Amino acid sequence: MDNFSQLWPLLYRALLETALMVSISIFFAVLIGLPLGILLYITQHPLLFKIKPLNATLGWLVNIIRSFPFIILIVAIMPFATWLVNASHGPVFASVALSIAAVPLFARLVESSFNSVKDGVIEASIAGGAPIYLIVTDVLLPEAKKSITQAITLTIISIIAFSATAGVVGGGGVGDLAIRYGYYRYDTLTMIVTVIVLVIIVQIVQWAGDFISNRAEER
Amino acid sequence: MSIQLNNVSKTYHLKGRNVEALKPTSLKVETGEIFGLIGYSGAGKSTLVRLINLLEKPSTGTVTVGDDNLTELSSKDLRIRRQKIGMIFQQFNLIESKTVYENIEFVLKASKYNKKDVPARIEELLNLVGLNDKSSINAANLSGGQKQRVGIARALANNPDILLCDEATSALDPDTTKSILNLLKSINRTLGITIVIITHEMEVIKEIADRVGVMSAGEIIEIGDTYNVFSHPKEEITKDFVQEIYNFEVPSQIKETPENQVITIQFLSENAEENYLNQLYRDFELSISILNGRIEYIKEKPLGFLMFQVSGKVEEIERLKTHIDNSHGIERVGYIG
Ligand SMILES: Nc1ncnc2c1ncn2[C@@H]1O[C@H](COP(=O)(O)OP(=O)(O)OP(=O)(O)O)[C@@H](O)[C@H]1O
Ligand SMILES: [Mg+2]
Repeated sequence: MDNFSQLWPLLYRALLETALMVSISIFFAVLIGLPLGILLYITQHPLLFKIKPLNATLGWLVNIIRSFPFIILIVAIMPFATWLVNASHGPVFASVALSIAAVPLFARLVESSFNSVKDGVIEASIAGGAPIYLIVTDVLLPEAKKSITQAITLTIISIIAFSATAGVVGGGGVGDLAIRYGYYRYDTLTMIVTVIVLVIIVQIVQWAGDFISNRAEER
Repeated sequence: MSIQLNNVSKTYHLKGRNVEALKPTSLKVETGEIFGLIGYSGAGKSTLVRLINLLEKPSTGTVTVGDDNLTELSSKDLRIRRQKIGMIFQQFNLIESKTVYENIEFVLKASKYNKKDVPARIEELLNLVGLNDKSSINAANLSGGQKQRVGIARALANNPDILLCDEATSALDPDTTKSILNLLKSINRTLGITIVIITHEMEVIKEIADRVGVMSAGEIIEIGDTYNVFSHPKEEITKDFVQEIYNFEVPSQIKETPENQVITIQFLSENAEENYLNQLYRDFELSISILNGRIEYIKEKPLGFLMFQVSGKVEEIERLKTHIDNSHGIERVGYIG
């Protein structure tokens, strides 16, 4: 490609694909990862809901998924993803693998966000006779709001990075564009433009995330 | 409501090492009293109060509050029972991301307090602790004293019959400490709530405690009416605590000999110290010079100490000592100085 007018339609399409993949994956990452992170935290806390075997099992599962190289994860879950979305390529198909990778990452980040909540506050809540669900909704989540917002930011950025690899299953997206045109076809213009676009996206996500998390703290 | 600990002990297991934080202890705290526990760091005070609401599970023994044996309750019943045992902490332990109002609302939610009565209840509590104008302020933005007031309001929200205080004033300056102690005292009087307060500060005990226990190395080594314990301390550690408030030391330049002695006496009531001294000056052929003197009020009862140096004939000094020992309400103390 030698000029922008040729590149633009491709880039536009890639942006939409990236947006779609990120939206689906972060949605599931939060939907499943948040309760999973909560469960990871409360099942190891002596004052909350300590169940060692459950905590060990969940931790083990999370670690296994997290230790898969993403490309291998995509291939490994291909049959499952095909069955689930009734397709074998495209951004929605790629989102299955992205979600599966993002859930344990986000769960761990949520778990460690809770570590910043002072034990004393939890203790005071227990002493006040509060049930565990109330401690989760009214103590853990509000107290960790800032770092959970940061965890969402970090997860979105990780999903964007993973999504470049999702090209192997036709996921598309900006990262895939950079690899296919820029890297394999030595198309310098595409390479430079897509990388710049990626840098800008990541910056915007980070800024937005910081802005929201600072507001969460100030109230 | 009374609290009864029966042979309660607590041993922590740390990497194959056992720490006996509380040796088997029996203790009864009577309904409506303010019971103080004093001891140095690591004595086991926090362990003991945290055993009362079972924040720590006892290794042995039973904990009875009122008619309920807490150690036998199911975890759900224990949770409900805890709503009637308030607790306040050294570090206040408020939900910092929430407002004063929401902090109190939290424990009312926990007890499923009738929703439409919640605002009125919170206002009542804020009035009680003197924070009516702070309702919508974030807990993070309060001063230490104000945070502890919110802590107290939160602890009282569900009308407990017991209030446990773990070093509730240790993070506060002396003036704020006084005002918090006064608040606790008035809560005890007006609401009849039994209070257990633990501290390493004598000031707190003498201000507020009806009875005191002195803790050391996981044991209550001395216990009794606060005034009696402080006027007649038996154990070394208790004597150290008394020393701490009177802050008496024999000046180092004084060389004690049989003809030149330092005597410390204590006045057990409002016995006018002036008159007594004048009498000593008049009746004994000794040179008497005062080194130190101080009256402290223990639960509003005065306990005075006077330290003086006497020099003269050995027999005359002996006669003076006998005279003191026969005086009503006045005692020589050996351990001070
Ligand atoms: N969770 C725990 N695990 C292990 N050891 C503990 C634990 N809590 C307390 N201990 C030990 O038990 C002993 C008594 O501790 P405790 O906190 O009751 O003392 P304290 O009198 O409240 O002291 P302080 O004035 O410092 O608060 C200490 O030796 C302490 O190290
Ligand atoms: Mg302590």
